[in-house]
Amino acid sequence: MMAWETVIGLEIHSQLATKSKIFSGASTTYGAEPNTQACAVDLGLPGVLPVLNEEVVRMAAMFGLATHSTVAPRSVFARKNYFYPDLPKGYQISQFELPIVHDGYLDIELEDGSSKRIGITRAHLEEDAGKSLHENFMGKTGIDLNRAGTPLLEIVSEPDMRSAKEAVAYMKKIHSLVRYLGISDGNMQEGSFRCDANVSIRPLGQDEFGTRAEIKNINSFRFVEQAINYEVERQIMVLEGGGEVVQETRLFDADRHETRSMRSKEEANDYRYFPDPDLLPVELDEAYIAAVRESLPEMPDAKND
Amino acid sequence: MHQKSLVELAADLRSGACSSEELTRACLQRIAEHDGRLNSFITVTESQALAAAQAADAALRSGKAGPLTGIPFAHKDIFCTNGVKTSCGSRMLDNFIAPYDATVTEKLHEAGAVMIGKTNMDEFAMGSSNETSFYGPVKNPWNDTTVPGGSSGGSAAAVAAGLVPASTGTDTGGSIRQPAALCGITGLKPTYGRVSRYGMIAFASSLDQAGPFTRSAEDAAIMLGAMAGFDPRDSTSVDRPVDDYRAQLNEPLQGLRIGLPGEYFGEGLEAGVGDAVSAAIEEFRKLGATVTDITLPNTHLSVPAYYVVAPAECSSNLSRFDGVRFGHRAENPQDLTDLYTRSRGEGFGDEVKRRILVGTYALSAGYYDAYYLKAQQVRHLIRDDFMQAFRQVDIIMGPTAPSVAFKLGEKADDPVGMYLSDIYTIAVNLAGLPAMSVPAGFSNAMPVGLHLVGNYFEESRLLNAGHQYQQVTDWHTRTPQGFE
Repeated sequence: MMAWETVIGLEIHSQLATKSKIFSGASTTYGAEPNTQACAVDLGLPGVLPVLNEEVVRMAAMFGLATHSTVAPRSVFARKNYFYPDLPKGYQISQFELPIVHDGYLDIELEDGSSKRIGITRAHLEEDAGKSLHENFMGKTGIDLNRAGTPLLEIVSEPDMRSAKEAVAYMKKIHSLVRYLGISDGNMQEGSFRCDANVSIRPLGQDEFGTRAEIKNINSFRFVEQAINYEVERQIMVLEGGGEVVQETRLFDADRHETRSMRSKEEANDYRYFPDPDLLPVELDEAYIAAVRESLPEMPDAKND
Repeated sequence: MHQKSLVELAADLRSGACSSEELTRACLQRIAEHDGRLNSFITVTESQALAAAQAADAALRSGKAGPLTGIPFAHKDIFCTNGVKTSCGSRMLDNFIAPYDATVTEKLHEAGAVMIGKTNMDEFAMGSSNETSFYGPVKNPWNDTTVPGGSSGGSAAAVAAGLVPASTGTDTGGSIRQPAALCGITGLKPTYGRVSRYGMIAFASSLDQAGPFTRSAEDAAIMLGAMAGFDPRDSTSVDRPVDDYRAQLNEPLQGLRIGLPGEYFGEGLEAGVGDAVSAAIEEFRKLGATVTDITLPNTHLSVPAYYVVAPAECSSNLSRFDGVRFGHRAENPQDLTDLYTRSRGEGFGDEVKRRILVGTYALSAGYYDAYYLKAQQVRHLIRDDFMQAFRQVDIIMGPTAPSVAFKLGEKADDPVGMYLSDIYTIAVNLAGLPAMSVPAGFSNAMPVGLHLVGNYFEESRLLNAGHQYQQVTDWHTRTPQGFE
């Protein structure tokens, strides 16, 4: 029987702990009555324009410096275009070609006590969408836009993890870091900290990556471990049964402990990214970055040294 | 009353020769008499206008009045006006009552101007003839078988016909200047970033800019003074003090350096338009200006670049019109896709759909570099052309449009022919420069516009030149037959 190696990369969405939204003055407080914390900008009314909340820039820069990353002197917001009822403008404002943070790393501790370096490809700022509510509407769908426009930092790792345990260790490390920096409350029940896992397998010793599946929206450490382990087993069964893993997006069903196909690569959206003409590029000079560096608390890793 | 300039009316209000309420009633009367023929208004806000006029009269009596206090004007129906239908000329927004005011709406309100209604326009500002409006075409007051230009056709026709002394418009590729030229009035597109875009329904965000229509450059100076200024709600608005435009109108033009781009006087220019423009330039020479031939070598790229950038941005900007939260919603949708496709299919007209399709294609994976990115590179070339020219000259002049107003229906089935009617104005938007059209005579009994383009934030220079020209010419005082 062939030995398989697991390859995992994580995209972690960490809600930033600002008082107001990323592009409007509406409050980000969790748990309010539906649609009471959505202003004209969040509703995407005709004529409204986004204005960047500078606090999110500072928080992203803190994260970048704390992960040995480059904080980009110039980053650009881009529109990710797709239709969905809880996406009011028909596009999500995100960053695409020029993210605010890139090329860093974080060291995690493995069970045997050794440490392993996980690369951070990039971290970019974006707005969250609203929520679709499918219950209690007599077969219809309700939309709550309180969450629309909540600031997120999407942290994308390199495919450097080789087991579900490593993935969990990395996710926990990021979780404690954002809380330590005070840039996120990390509340996983409320969805302020969640991740997508890119999982593939390859014969041990092969350099090329296998075809990956992306498991969306996992919101607990336990589920990350379960989802990855299930997915790895599934892919091994597919390959050993003579089949091929298809590139697709999958959902983790926490009740059944399994992942299910959501959409294939062919069904994937063409997001038609382009720079958002309503927002200026974010330009950070050395003095700004130095001031953020000064404001960083002493890092736990540094303390251990 | 309806032939007077805004400046004259402001003097009358101050002297007590008339009240704002009288003036407002007179405008409402003119609209009732003439607009059945012109179709320049989508909504007339009679009761709000009268209330605003009474408030203005109180301000005038208390001595707290500014130059616009009590002056009636009309908004293009693209500016959100709290509590008033804001349709953008589209069936999509036929039921949309804006719940907030655009910054421009707020500023003119604070200046004491009296909004009398919302004017007709090409649907979502996409058009050059006002024929794409859901509310039917606007007629040109000079000849009701011809178009008023677009997209701000209603605003231009309403001023030309003396229904209001001033109006607002927006200009993405010529939508203020071309209708100003075709209707024989003054229209100004400011530097990109000079006037806030907040509350102005977006067509192409990197090109859209609001500006005034008036009967004279002096009136335009007053309107622009009220509309311009930094707005923290618009990240692309520029934090820079607003000039006192009116104070600089009387500078002599001695030594003003005018550049004439060869590219604007070539093939496709109607002879009568070329003659009128040449005669106007002669007047500037008499006023002491020097005239130099210049070249803007990338002019031919402006229409193709514009018709990538503008549709690309519009394809994204118009995604919010999905039938979910506001605007037209299809009846009894079977599912989500049905809700989207029918709401948008029914709500948008052909030209809007055409541009959404073109823009969606231009941004698609595999085509982005070849179209959108390339078009953005062309913008840099066009901007560089202008910057090169402004090292030699102060103002670039030429015709605003290649012909006088064309017949209704003449270009309705010829989108490319229609697009070419903005051939002289589009490059200015791609570069983000300020530009103005002033009346400069007639060709075949229809008005001709002279196009003046300035360097960034040099609106004062344009207004000064326009005002001095209007001191020695009377084209801007001419009134179309039937509207005397």
